[in-house]
Amino acid sequence: MELLEIGLAHYLSLAAMLFTLGIFGIFLNRKNVIVILMCIELMLLAVNINFVAFSTHLGDMTGQVFSLFILTVAAAEAAIGLAILVVLFRTRGSIAVEDVSSMKG
Amino acid sequence: MISAIAFYLFASITLLSAIMVITARNPVHSVLFLILAFFNASGLFVLLGAEFIAMILVIVYVGAVAVLFLFVVMMLDISFADLRKGAMQYVPVGLIAGGILLFELISIFIAWGFAKSANDNIASPTPEASEVTNTEALGLILYTDYIFAFQVSGLILLVAMIGAIVLTHRRRPGVRKQKVADQQARSRSDAMEVQKVTPRTGV
Repeated sequence: MELLEIGLAHYLSLAAMLFTLGIFGIFLNRKNVIVILMCIELMLLAVNINFVAFSTHLGDMTGQVFSLFILTVAAAEAAIGLAILVVLFRTRGSIAVEDVSSMKG
Repeated sequence: MISAIAFYLFASITLLSAIMVITARNPVHSVLFLILAFFNASGLFVLLGAEFIAMILVIVYVGAVAVLFLFVVMMLDISFADLRKGAMQYVPVGLIAGGILLFELISIFIAWGFAKSANDNIASPTPEASEVTNTEALGLILYTDYIFAFQVSGLILLVAMIGAIVLTHRRRPGVRKQKVADQQARSRSDAMEVQKVTPRTGV
């Protein structure tokens, strides 16, 4: 039976749906930077699922190594992003995205 | 059979919690659902046979990144109701963008297939799981073939750490701290004076 035979296609569809949810979340929470950062994390998770699924399917460890590097960069990105957010909140007292555009000269 | 049930369980909870992440009214709930999504995704990785990535996902994401999010959400005193005001007006745009993306991904799916030469171009074949564990197999290529990328990712983490500290560190006025340099520079001449005390006169 097709549905009970879990293959590459199942994981790829899951990752595609997760990625789309991430994109949709960015539009839905356009004003809230924290949730936008969380949506980016969701999209990176979808990419990781793709990498690991292909890695297992092809029998190639490289995909898992790359997924490890993506995790590293995502952690760094979250740390820097949240630090910028804290500084932004300290100086402006708000994290609304439209206020950020006042940084334009 | 069991693995199929486990896949559908993990996948459905991951998707549902992802939906909750983007629709929850309270960002604290968003973070908690993000943690749930990561836990279930690590379950999926275990099903795929990538145990090390699964554990790293739990340790790094749930243990560090999600807790960082939680700290920041709770630390910033923001009225989140104001931020959600007018959010509904972006739903059509989001649906269009997301729909186009999903359509593109599905159409890639239908048209896509492995190249015939794909199996000849494997960079580092997965060793037999009964001989070499997943963690060991990762280590065998991470510290040899990918040593440069590994070092660079360490550098990225260092830069991120220094950047986060520099960005958020501030000098508060009025805080009394130990000034080691001042203590070291203190000499006997400005710390004490020697007085001649004659008997029965006092100082």
